Amino acid sequence: MRDVAIVGFAQVPNLRRGGGRDGVEMVLEVANAVRTQTGLDKDEIGFTVSGSCDFLRGAPFAFVMALDGVGPFPPIAESHVEMDGAWALYEAWVRLQHGDIDTALVYCFGISSAGDLPDVMTMQLDPYTVAPLWPDAVSVAALQARALLDGGRYSERDMAEVASANRRRGQGNPYAHLTGDFDPEALLADPYLVAPLRRHDCPPISDGACAVILAAGDKAKACAERPAWIRGIDHRIDPHHLGSRDLTACASASLAAEAAGVGADKLDVVELHAPFTHQELILRDAMGIDADAVQLNPSGGALCANPIMVAGLTRLGEAAQRIMDGDADRAMAHATSGPALQQNLVCVMEGE
Amino acid sequence: MSDEKKPVTRLNTPVRLEYTIQPGRELTGFLRGMMARRIVGRRCPECSLVYVPPRGACPTCGVSTASDAVLDGNGTVTTFCVVHIPFEGQRLKPPYACAWVLLDGADSTLLHIIGNVDVEEVRMGMRVKPVWVPDEELGPTLESIAYFEPSGQPDAEYDTYKEHL
Repeated sequence: MRDVAIVGFAQVPNLRRGGGRDGVEMVLEVANAVRTQTGLDKDEIGFTVSGSCDFLRGAPFAFVMALDGVGPFPPIAESHVEMDGAWALYEAWVRLQHGDIDTALVYCFGISSAGDLPDVMTMQLDPYTVAPLWPDAVSVAALQARALLDGGRYSERDMAEVASANRRRGQGNPYAHLTGDFDPEALLADPYLVAPLRRHDCPPISDGACAVILAAGDKAKACAERPAWIRGIDHRIDPHHLGSRDLTACASASLAAEAAGVGADKLDVVELHAPFTHQELILRDAMGIDADAVQLNPSGGALCANPIMVAGLTRLGEAAQRIMDGDADRAMAHATSGPALQQNLVCVMEGE
Repeated sequence: MSDEKKPVTRLNTPVRLEYTIQPGRELTGFLRGMMARRIVGRRCPECSLVYVPPRGACPTCGVSTASDAVLDGNGTVTTFCVVHIPFEGQRLKPPYACAWVLLDGADSTLLHIIGNVDVEEVRMGMRVKPVWVPDEELGPTLESIAYFEPSGQPDAEYDTYKEHL
């Protein structure tokens, strides 16, 4: 395997209604920022790949319009995944393994607030037997939370503590959307939104974009003082149909973590992509993460900012940034996509 | 064949989603212009190309198209088609002509309807100008221009628009 590292990461402040910006305008900002960080010109990028979903913007080929933000003419080598940008990064990592190019630009954007997001997310469900019932995204998450609570391992109080901890840590993140010092006890006094979920169990609806530059071998060392070397990366998928899997187990996350080598050594930082509080509890168990032994979600995670199609790659970028800054030696980042943690990607990174 | 043996060939699952689109900073200027019968494009600060409607970024330079370029609306039909087929939701009665119009001062083409002329007469190089809707119908939309009609100017030379086909 070729050594590949994250050498640059940029994001825009996550905001409802995007601060008046369209996808292309956000992509422009993050693409220019990572190129500046790494000292790479536009024509020094070997491969460009993006992640987004046209259902969010409600416009066909919104991803093609956004491509203008990276200056794709004269024609560049480019690809797109209709998934979170973390999967675009996986494609870039595979592409760099071919050995003929040394750099890749990965970006993603999510205009989550243009439509009624919980309803828009229904479009990712089975179109024959599930989507016609219109279970919105919060209801699907609530089904999963109910299954977890009924299992007896966790309580609503545990969920409130996840919200409280993440939103407290998010206060240090200038790009976060919803942060603050919330007392779990006080949170539990709120009414249910969709039982057993309360408002604090749910992520904010954020518009955002982020970009990462990947570089291989010596090129990575030239682009960053301390590259975040990818030591393991894997993604797995659970069955699509909600009724055909244990919603509280997340076997795909367990397998991805194992294949990425999460348990091989001590972790300093872990960034989990858990948009709903109970999902962090499920993921911690599925991947063997001890919340007391690592720095968990120092960014505040998806509970503080959840731009759809972006929050996953943001976890990889946030974890990589801590390595690049010298604050961590070994970090793990996780991304999820699909309904109720259906698809999971895990990336383990190290400094020198 | 009994009902049980007939294959299920159709499943209707209606979907309706409503969006509140934010056009972005650059397209907003264009849409505001439409409300005032002004065509406002944007110029790339690096290569000077003018995009109408604005694209948010120059695809060649990868930078924001920073400044406004106000155009007078005169333009040239670069290429066109004549629609003869009716379809659901159609607003005009066929036959009618759809054309790419290269506005004077612009470096990108605009798709619109060519009206007030027999479709048989629409041709490449034809000079056209916009016909705006009445004041009360003006809005932040390209539909503020009802259609383009022949301006009566002599046809443009092929070389002036050959890069825009």
